[in-house]
Formats: sequence, C-alpha cells, structure tokens
Amino acid sequence: MSTSLLNVRNLKVSVGGKAILFGVSLKIIPGELHVLMGPNGSGKSTLAKALAGDPAVHVTGGSARFAGKSLLTQAADVRARAGLFLSFQYPVGMPGLSLSHFLTAAVRERKWDESAVARELPPMLNFLQLPSDVFSRDVNEGLSGGEKKRSEIAQLGVLLPKLAVLDEPDSGLDVDALQALAKVIDRFHRQGMAMLLITHYSRLLKYLRPDAVHVMVGGKLVKSGGPHLAEEIEQRGYEPLLPPV
Amino acid sequence: MTPDRLRQIVTSKPASRYSFRDPERPVLRSPKGLSKVVVDLISEQKDEPAWMRRIRHEGLRHFLRLPLPPFGPDLSRLKFDELYFYLKPSERKAQTWDDVPPEIQRTFNRLQLPKYEQEFLAGVGAQYDSENIYHHVLPQLRKQGVIFSDVETAVRERPDLVKKYFGKLVPSSDNKFAALNTAVWSGGSFIYVPPHVHVELPLQAYFRINASRMGQFERTLIIADEGSFVHYVEGCSAPTYQASALHSAVVEVYAERSAHVRYTTLQNWSKNVYNLVTKRARAAANATVEWVDFNLGSGVTMKYPAVLLTGRGARADILSMAYAGKHQHQDAGARVLHLAPETSSVITSKSVSYGGGRTTFRGRLRVAPNAADCRSQISCQALILDRHSASDTFPTLEVDNASAVVAHEASVAKISDAQMFYAGTRGIPSKQAAALVVNGFFEPLIKELPMEYAVEMNRLIEMEMVGAVG
Repeated sequence: MSTSLLNVRNLKVSVGGKAILFGVSLKIIPGELHVLMGPNGSGKSTLAKALAGDPAVHVTGGSARFAGKSLLTQAADVRARAGLFLSFQYPVGMPGLSLSHFLTAAVRERKWDESAVARELPPMLNFLQLPSDVFSRDVNEGLSGGEKKRSEIAQLGVLLPKLAVLDEPDSGLDVDALQALAKVIDRFHRQGMAMLLITHYSRLLKYLRPDAVHVMVGGKLVKSGGPHLAEEIEQRGYEPLLPPV
Repeated sequence: MTPDRLRQIVTSKPASRYSFRDPERPVLRSPKGLSKVVVDLISEQKDEPAWMRRIRHEGLRHFLRLPLPPFGPDLSRLKFDELYFYLKPSERKAQTWDDVPPEIQRTFNRLQLPKYEQEFLAGVGAQYDSENIYHHVLPQLRKQGVIFSDVETAVRERPDLVKKYFGKLVPSSDNKFAALNTAVWSGGSFIYVPPHVHVELPLQAYFRINASRMGQFERTLIIADEGSFVHYVEGCSAPTYQASALHSAVVEVYAERSAHVRYTTLQNWSKNVYNLVTKRARAAANATVEWVDFNLGSGVTMKYPAVLLTGRGARADILSMAYAGKHQHQDAGARVLHLAPETSSVITSKSVSYGGGRTTFRGRLRVAPNAADCRSQISCQALILDRHSASDTFPTLEVDNASAVVAHEASVAKISDAQMFYAGTRGIPSKQAAALVVNGFFEPLIKELPMEYAVEMNRLIEMEMVGAVG
C-alpha cells in the first residue's frame, strides 16, 4: 500500500464556538482524485478550510498529516508551500493587486522561477475561456461568480500543488465552461496531482475518473465508495443517507 | 513595476541607507534654544542686508506670540529649548562633489544623489543640517536664465525677486511654525524659470539632518514665469536619535500665467523628527500647480499643501500619500481656494496606517462668491491594516458660488482576515501579503513619480511593512 499524501484522522473542528465536524477521517494517496459530496451545510467547505489552515476554523480534536508532516499546527502559507492548494467557493477580492503580481509573489515565496507566471497563466486563462486581461486585473475584482471560480482553477497551472482542494468549482458555470473546467481537472489529475473535489452535482463527474467518492452529512463522512456512489446520489438524492428524523 | 524590480526591493537591505549617521563636526553651532542672539548670529553668518534681518526679527516676534496649532497631533513633547537652531556643516558651498567634505560626500553617495544627478536630473541642491553644501545646475539651463540656488544666494543676487515674493504667500504671522522658519530660515531652494522656458528634467534638492537635537529650517521659493514649466523634487532623511529633531520648512510657489509647476516631496525622516511644514502655491490664469506629497517618515507630520487659484482657468492637482507605522502620526491634507472663475482642482489622498500608526486627512476647499463655473473633485481613501491603527478624515467644504461642481468621496478599507487567509493559501505569509496590498493601494500614485523614485518608494514601503532590515 502506498504512503498517503493526506491522512486525516478523526478531525473535529468548530467555527465561532459551534462544532461543525464530528470526527472526519480521510486518506488520499498521491495522484488520487477524491470527490466529496453532501447537502448544504454538512461541513464540506469547513473541512476544506480546516485543511488549508483558516484561522477562523478551530481544531478541537484529531490529527492530520500532509506530505509526511503534521499539518494542523502549520500556518496557511506554510501548508501552501508544502503543496496544498485551496480553490475557494467564494474567493475574496484583493483590490489594487493584479493576479499576475499576486502569483509572482506566491512563486517568489517558493523560490521558483518567476517567469512561470507569464508562461503558464495566459494559456490557462485562455483555455478556461476567461478574458485575457484577467492576468493584469486585480485578483477576483470585477469578475462574475463563475469567472472567479475559473480564475481559481487557472492558478493551479502556476502553483502546481501536490494536493488541490477544489471547493465547488463547478457551481455557476455553463455547459461549455463546465467542460473546459473538467478537462483542466482531468489533465492535472492525469499528470499526477491529487485532488479533493467538493461538488453538489454529479454532472462534473461525467467527465472525470474519480478514485473515490465520499458523502458528508452533519459533519461526518457517512459513506465512501467508488464512482457508482455519485450515480446513486444522482438518482436517489441524499435522502437515504440522512439520519432518521 | 516588474517582478524583478519588486524582488530587488524585497531582497535588498537598505536600512543602513538612511539610518546611518556621521560624526558631528560642524564648523559652527548656535547655542541651544531660540533667542534674538541666535537669530542675529544666523543673519551675521549669512552677511545679510538689513531688510532680511528685519523680516527675521518680525518672524521671531510672531513665533513668541503665536500659540501652537489648536488642532492635530500632540506637540507637547517638542521642546524648543533643547534644540539647536543653526548648525553650519562646512565653510563653503561646492559646485562639484569632489569639493564637498569627504564624510558629507559619502553620505550623499549612500543616498545615491550624485548617481541620480548624472542619470536624470537637471540640477541638484544638497543640504546638510543648516546649509546647502552643494549646488549645481546644467550649464545650458543657466544660459537660458534658469536660477537654481539656495535662498541666501538669491538674497544677494536677486533681491528684486526675493523682496517681491518672499513671505507674500506665507506671511510670518500665518502660524507659529511659519513664524519660526521666517526667523531662523537657512538653506532651501530658490528657483526662477524665465518666461516660456521648459525645464524638462527635474531639479532635485535633498535635505539631510545629521546632528542630534537639530532644527532644520529650509526655505523654498519657486517662481515659474509666464508659460514656463518646472518639476522640483525634494527628498529628506535623517538618522534615528533618542532626542527629537524638528524640521520646519516654508515653501512658496508662484506659477505665473500659463506656467506649470510640479512639486514632488518624498519625505522619509526618521521617527524622532517632528515635520511641521507650511506649503502654499499661487496659480495665475491658466497656470497649473501640482503637489505630489509622499509622507512615509517622521514621528509627527503636519502638512497641508495649499493652492490659491487666483486667475481664470487655473488648475490645482494635489496628490497626498501618507504612511503611518508604529509611533507615527501623519496629519496631512490639502487646501484649495478657488478665487477666480473656471478654476479646477483635483485632490487625491491615500493613506495607510499600520502597527498602531495614525493618519489624518484635513482637506479644505473654498469656492469664493465671484468664482463662477469651478470644478473640484476630492477623493480620500484610507487603508487600515490592523485594529491598533486609526485614520480620520476632516473635510471642510465652503462653496459660495452655486455654479460650482464639487464632488467628494471618501472610503476606508481594511485588510480582512479573509484576504490574509486567501494569500496564505497561495503560500504568501501575512506580512508579505499586507505589503503587496499596500503597494497595490499606492501604485496609482507611485506611477506618477519618475521611475527611480518609484522604485525607492516601493522599497521603503516594503521595508516598513516586512521589516526587511539587514
């Protein structure tokens, strides 16, 4: 059995004093694509933020290791430089800071070649059907919801993480944009990037080859399985997985 | 700004470029404190005519009479009795850098002034404590009749111009610090640009305080005659001492009919310096005055560059940038008086407060009853980086002519935890993220500067924010 890239054990977190996750365990091996599904408010985004190191999310129990190191005590920027990426469901704007400058700073912090930004970002924007001036526009400013999501995914091409946590990158996209997004995700997956893809809908999964699907309900993973699990949910909804009322 | 430039800025260790100090070896220092004896000593040193000494005495009278400003930062720890009001660094003024005393020459080399002079300046003046120790202007400008000297030289050689303009915009009774400067002024810049002469490259002055407990009181007088153009840049810095220092300048700018004056200040005093400056300009018909005012340094700054629009069609453009970190209060602003019809003004202020720093914007706009069809646009943006820091805005609008079109907008932004986390998830630590946001916030203003100063300004901000101190 391969060594896991991410190993989360019995993770419990709270936000603003309210418990959100009640013991989540998850193992991702390098290069694997995992899908996380679940109804609204089940804690999917909170798990993503907890992994990325959001200071607003307080870990109250459990452990997590990433790339061989204990994860939960590290600052967000340290986790990111170790190869963890989070694509936000609602990315914040950075007024006065262009995407290219922002990513150049990110690349500089990794002591990588800064020319990667000018080389890699424009083709990504183009492929994801974003206007080319997103390169020099302020980060997430003046973009529609769908454009912001694609701008997040475009950053993958520059930052090349080991594990990309993608929080609902597909919501608000039309069919063409959805297909382009799926192609990008699939390409990076085939190149060996591990992913944790959070989505409400199985429509994106038609284009992908996930290694595992997990369902989160009420702050717990209630079911894990292969791609067929997504199809089951498509047909029957989350109802059968919900706890009895 | 290219990524390479930015990286240079981040990785360089420029702290020593400003904070170093030389041994104090003045050839003359006035006794501590201010008195008529000190005023007379300064006047004697300069071998002045009686009319200028009378102006000084009047300044001293007003200084003793006037109270401290009733508004703004706390000045109670400014002890006039503890300061030296005049300090002469060397016997003569040089016209080549080789003639400057070696220690002082080294100082300005570290500040890169000779290098900038060779690369892109039309003239340079360098002041060290109380006196200009170097002055030079390109020979072809001299031939065109451009004068760039200290005010002492102008008193000797162009008393006609000095008598006509000195103290006419900023009378010594204007405020306590204008009075003080009038009493003990020393050095500074005098510029005269003849009609229709365009000085394409900037003229630069650099003001350096080296001695402890020093008061520096340069006086600047700029006269741009009809249809001329000049861009004047002043930079300033000082070593850090325990004891306070005082910098109190008076600047008067006259833009005659259709003239255009741009005045850029890059203020980077050390945090023990009180920077209390009166700056005022007058724009005649169709003339333009631009103040570009960057305040990064000093412990306390009070400075409100003003423009009096006295001729039809005159324009004022004031850009004010302030950065206040720990133990700093930048009380800056702008004043514009529309005194003639069809005059226009644009006031743009951007400030950042950080680490307990405080910024204040005081803006005053007045449109006189006879000034028909004026336009003014005022925009104030403040960025507050943490909960220990603060920013205030005090705009005053007095519009006495109904045809005026006045637009005013103000906004306060904070760097949110969400933004910090977002940058973190890309691998950018929070200090660097804050520096990026601040640089981005100031960028539209910094773009207005010549390239070399823009680089310098970004470097300074980076230094302050990240503490990239070697």
